[in-house]
Amino acid sequence: MSATVFTDAYVVAKRNIIKIKRVPDLLVFTTLSPIMFVLLFAYVFGGAINVPGGADPDAYREFLMAGIFAQTVIFGATITGAGLADDVKKGIIDRFRSLPMAPSAVLTGRTLSDVVNNVIVLVVMALTGLLVGWGIHSSPAEAALGFLLLLVFAYAISWVMAWLGMLVPSVEVFNNATFIVIFPLTFVANTFVPLETLPAPLQTFAEWNPVSAVTQASRELFGNIPAGVPTPDAWPLQHAEVYTLIWTGVFLLIFVPLANMQYRRSTSR
Amino acid sequence: MTPAIVAQGLVKKYKDVTALDGVDLTVPTGTVLGLLGPNGAGKTTIVRILTTLLQPDAGSAEVAGIDVLAAPRAVRRKIGLSGQYAAVDEYLTGYENLEMIGRLYHLGRRRSSERARELLASFRLEDAADRPSKTYSGGMRRRLDLAGALVADPPVIFLDEPTTGLDPRGRTEMWDVIQTLVAGGTTLLLTTQYLEEADLLADDIVVIDHGRIIAHGTSDQLKQQVGGERLELTVRDASRLDEARTLLEPLAVGPATVEANRRALLFPVQGGAQTLTEALRVLDGAGLMLDDVGLRRPTLDDVFLSLTGHVSEDEPVSEKAGV
Repeated sequence: MSATVFTDAYVVAKRNIIKIKRVPDLLVFTTLSPIMFVLLFAYVFGGAINVPGGADPDAYREFLMAGIFAQTVIFGATITGAGLADDVKKGIIDRFRSLPMAPSAVLTGRTLSDVVNNVIVLVVMALTGLLVGWGIHSSPAEAALGFLLLLVFAYAISWVMAWLGMLVPSVEVFNNATFIVIFPLTFVANTFVPLETLPAPLQTFAEWNPVSAVTQASRELFGNIPAGVPTPDAWPLQHAEVYTLIWTGVFLLIFVPLANMQYRRSTSR
Repeated sequence: MTPAIVAQGLVKKYKDVTALDGVDLTVPTGTVLGLLGPNGAGKTTIVRILTTLLQPDAGSAEVAGIDVLAAPRAVRRKIGLSGQYAAVDEYLTGYENLEMIGRLYHLGRRRSSERARELLASFRLEDAADRPSKTYSGGMRRRLDLAGALVADPPVIFLDEPTTGLDPRGRTEMWDVIQTLVAGGTTLLLTTQYLEEADLLADDIVVIDHGRIIAHGTSDQLKQQVGGERLELTVRDASRLDEARTLLEPLAVGPATVEANRRALLFPVQGGAQTLTEALRVLDGAGLMLDDVGLRRPTLDDVFLSLTGHVSEDEPVSEKAGV
């Protein structure tokens, strides 16, 4: 039984990956917008933002990249939701549900193809980062762990999005809803500015925001925090990796069953 | 032989709307059942329950001898579904769409690929097989969607409004395809809003309205319920309408309807073509000129009107037979 889950998920993932290939615009735009963000922040805001460890723009670029990575993989995780919203609407989910395939395969295949998409996007962004003066100052193993943590965290978000995508009536609603939630979540964090610059209530929120933790963790793993800069006192940031994994686990534990339940219930509208 | 589809007492309620209110159905193996009704009558809800997509609030159903509620996955191995929308992935090619479905029916890599090519050929999609289905016409997408339902050669097929939204040419093509399919002995449940379609394709017709079955029978039986054939004629000279009526009265089995503004007469008759020939001989003998004449069998529109008291939400289909 479990063997069919994997082959079925593979068949579904293949479908979504063909789509990445057929609609290169999708990949181009999901990659272009983070590149634009890198350039905007590095050259427009960068000069005005002081980060611990130096006031020069180079220090900001070192600081910036992990934040942009985090924001981008989270947006990458919305592809699942938008795709499912579209599939429900077009009756493709009806077709899948009428087939003798493993019921969880559609969602597993979908979320796995987000990972593929995120890997491609991360590669493009890392290259852009290197061009604007970012660098990895840790061991290859640590760096790999940094990227892995970003991907794992985004994978958990994919399941939240899968659930949401089947709940909303259309792709447009889904995109607007996620935009409204993801933008503040990824900005009220240590992604683009140091936490110390935020007003107190927002700072507390940002400290406990899992996006801050995943950013902090990958920043540390890429060796982008200059020697002597202290880690903020908040527990989540002191234990950024653990805290990230806790959220990842919580998201998966709640939303994998919820999304599967919603899938079994959803029919085209 | 056990029937391919049996449903008993299906009830489905959504908040304050009763979509299905106790529906019983039996479809003998190898036959075509046409589920006919206007929009919102409950046709799609029936299909969704029988294809395991939706749980009824009450009632039971068996497809291919398997309990739909107890063993949905076993049922899915025996059915093919083609829905109201062409549920094809527009970014995949026709071939990729069918190959994917084959894999998900667990036909194996090689068989899936062979079957996809076979179906593309028999649905006249060979030339478009390796183009993304986005580039297909509406009719081609529907055929691809229908092909998807046939990938595993399932014994029971459900087609939910297979021609809704197609242009007349696409519709005729779809009918051809369905007729070929049915000739092969597949059991088919077909929903439609088109009376003409049910008449053409189905062995048995179930008329449904507001979640209830209001009539059941063959197309001929349903027409009988409304009355037999009628002789309809239009005279050239309005002043001779009464004369025509008097001449033909002996041939009729009931009182005539006169539509003076159309210079038309309608007689209930028996005997079909023979009565028609007889009528023409009488009128010709009297030197009475006609603009139009024909035997008119009641259409399913007439059936619907007499059963529900309202017309189906479809343009009337005029049908003349036997001329």
